[in-house]
Amino acid sequence: MSAVLELKEVHTYYGHIHALKGVGLEVRQGEIVTLIGANGAGKSTTLRTISGLVKARRGEVLFQGKPIQRMAPDQIVRLGIGHVPEGRKIFPRLSVEENLEIGAYLENNSKVVLERKNKAFELFPRLHERRAQKGGTLSGGEQQMLAIGRALMQDPQLLLMDEPSMGLAPVLVDFIFETIQSLNKAGKTILLVEQNARLALQVAHRGYVLQTGELTMQGDAKELAQKPEVQKAYLGEE
Amino acid sequence: MSLADLWSILPQTLLEGLLLGFVYAMIALGYTMVYGVLELINFAHSEIFMIGGVAGLEVFRYLSNGKGLEVHNPFLLLFLALVVGGGVAGLVAVLVERLAYRPLRKRGTINRLVPLITAIGVSFLLQDLVRAIEALWHNEFFLRYPTYPLLEKTFFLPLGMTIQTKAILVIVIAVLMLLGLNYLVNHTKLGRAIRAVAQDMNTAALMGINPDAIISRTFLIGGSLGGVAGVLFGLMYTVISPYSGFLPGIKAFTAAVLGGIGNIPGAVLGGLVLGQLETVGGTYLSFLTAGNFGSEYASVLAFLTLILILLFRPQGLLGQNVGEKV
Repeated sequence: MSAVLELKEVHTYYGHIHALKGVGLEVRQGEIVTLIGANGAGKSTTLRTISGLVKARRGEVLFQGKPIQRMAPDQIVRLGIGHVPEGRKIFPRLSVEENLEIGAYLENNSKVVLERKNKAFELFPRLHERRAQKGGTLSGGEQQMLAIGRALMQDPQLLLMDEPSMGLAPVLVDFIFETIQSLNKAGKTILLVEQNARLALQVAHRGYVLQTGELTMQGDAKELAQKPEVQKAYLGEE
Repeated sequence: MSLADLWSILPQTLLEGLLLGFVYAMIALGYTMVYGVLELINFAHSEIFMIGGVAGLEVFRYLSNGKGLEVHNPFLLLFLALVVGGGVAGLVAVLVERLAYRPLRKRGTINRLVPLITAIGVSFLLQDLVRAIEALWHNEFFLRYPTYPLLEKTFFLPLGMTIQTKAILVIVIAVLMLLGLNYLVNHTKLGRAIRAVAQDMNTAALMGINPDAIISRTFLIGGSLGGVAGVLFGLMYTVISPYSGFLPGIKAFTAAVLGGIGNIPGAVLGGLVLGQLETVGGTYLSFLTAGNFGSEYASVLAFLTLILILLFRPQGLLGQNVGEKV
């Protein structure tokens, strides 16, 4: 299987803070790859570097073999990378429906937009009930559904998901993870950043462990979950 | 003046307030839209308004100077002046953003004072640039809009009100522009993108929106509205100079704050309220103060309003549209 996304020795800075110190990883077609690590390890920074919100100072980000680390975020979206950002970042004063429609900003065929919107409503019937409501009035779980639905409106090849389970009730967390798996089965390649390492390693094919800007472990998700270091640090087991 | 006299001039006063209010509303929209996307008070907007007025006047002059192309129909002349005034003002606004504000934004300037002071600098630059151009071209820079009997024709309305053709045109054009803007912002793809960029620029970029392009268009729209307002202002109040943007500009800014800066319906409401305050205040002030303060204090009322609003309701009448954190 070919690598859809490849990071080579990526260094990213926030001012003087060296956030990513030579991160290298790859995501292959059809995979769910998870990136786990503690707060501040650089997980979100990795996703933000891929989608161009922050620029890598050194190293390469290759999407389908093409370097994209110099491109603007809106150009990267065009290539087929969707990003469900940390904290959901839905547009609070746009209606649910407008939030979805703006996800398909690059699609000019209104029939295609309608099709995708119906698909999103099928996936999340709750959004359909609330379609006229302002995004800011939704509950946390609904906002997460909206954020995922909005990214799917782009029909991306690769979906970057940043902490989709954060702050959600357990039943919703399960629902979100089921959704991630069904999206993957439907053909989406997914790079998943999670604090909930247990669930993330359950749904993922492969995983990487990030620690203060550096990758410390990687491999098959099931094997990673068995490693004592991982269990101790991220799964809360002795 | 007796109480009955004061009462009888009230309808006319309100009508004139409405007229002024529409002009303020159209300028205020430029401030509020730019603030919405950039959180920048674009003080150069008052000069964009003035440039619209001057460009419109040049159209009147050029097409009736007896050399070359001539247009005699004042309605057509006005239409052309509005198109050129709005267009030129919109383009200058885009250029100002491109050359002055964008480089600062790209440099990642965090200090909010830097773009603000830049805006003030641009404001002076544009004033004197227009002055230089007009002085070289016409040897004068205090310019006067032409008057046409057709546009000055007075109609009598009930309640003792009178209205001139040009005033009717100002109201009609302003209402059309406001309705058009409302449609554009709330019912088109571009409008949705403008609102998205205003709420969260980074996330908008993740939707494939190029924020710079949207910001440019926001300046174009706001600048054009300001330019059209400039032509209408010139038509109503006849005199325009490179410095006549300042006062209406700062009052329109007050209107935008009054309605809630960043809030589009707020800017319209603020403009209309301020127009009334100023006109009604100007008319009745001398009576209320037993002749101590005359209509020359009308502007003071506008700024007093600004101070009171900032003190007691800083978010404005309709509230400030700031992206609430969720």
